[in-house]
Amino acid sequence: MKAVVCVMLKPDVLDPQGRAIQRACVTLGYDRVVDVRQGKVFEIELRTEDRATAEGLVRELCEKLLANGVIEDWRIERFAD
Amino acid sequence: MFAVIQFPGSNDDRDMRFAMKSVLGVAAELVWHKNPELPPGTAGVLLPGGFSYGDYLRCGAMARFSPVMTAVRRFAEAGGPVLGTCNGFQVLCEAGLLPGALLRNRDLDFLCDWIHVRVEHAGAPFLSRARAGQVLRLPIKHGEGRYAIAADALAGLEAGGQVLLRYCTPAGAVDETANPNGSIGNIAGVRNAAGNVMGLMPHPEHAVEALTGGTDGLALLGSLVDAVTAAGRSR
Repeated sequence: MKAVVCVMLKPDVLDPQGRAIQRACVTLGYDRVVDVRQGKVFEIELRTEDRATAEGLVRELCEKLLANGVIEDWRIERFAD
Repeated sequence: MFAVIQFPGSNDDRDMRFAMKSVLGVAAELVWHKNPELPPGTAGVLLPGGFSYGDYLRCGAMARFSPVMTAVRRFAEAGGPVLGTCNGFQVLCEAGLLPGALLRNRDLDFLCDWIHVRVEHAGAPFLSRARAGQVLRLPIKHGEGRYAIAADALAGLEAGGQVLLRYCTPAGAVDETANPNGSIGNIAGVRNAAGNVMGLMPHPEHAVEALTGGTDGLALLGSLVDAVTAAGRSR
């Protein structure tokens, strides 16, 4: 089973990379782009077909390694076979 | 004896050992991160700068799981002095031994410069050779040095006197013009609540000889030597 996890900086944490990308969008003429936040996506292959097992594992991974709770939020985007 | 931890990707480890050994004249050994124990007689631990594990995922995120970090945590919990500079600071934050986190610099630049920091609280074990209000001139070299922490935790840090160094002007004024990386409260260095673990983004080990730019780093590293000597645990 595959899990897709998204890690983003918390909303109140300044994201200068996102800001630079937003400015680049505007420079390219896309002046309707008012904000960009940059995050990370993890595609994780798991040796299990059980959804509950997979979810438990991925949650643990997020808390322990993939995200730093001081500055980041995480969410499981989806599971796929 | 001081243990200088070597992670794959550390690059200030030898400079740190040089500062301790050749400039300050105390025993210092490089300790490879795979060691599950610190060498017998370790009286202080130094986590050097660099790019441990290539800074993959987040700076310091992988290094915190190195075998030696279990021993470093045990050493810190027993009250032993631990100092992390630059990447070492990032590792200590990721390991939860220090509060907060370090993020990409406000202006996205990799900074390589001499800056000034104001000593907020002097005293052992890290700043006994300094006095409160003193301005130190130290080098920085980092891409991810923007100190961040939640507002309530920051209030706790300030109230507990845990902010030890702030970026300032050469005259000692703490303002936004003197903030190189956008750190909250101009914070350049903090300690834990117990007072025996400190991290800072500037590099005291690169400021130990007049020939290479200055000796203000000795205010920090020399204090640590004094503390360890006073504790009778040296060498």
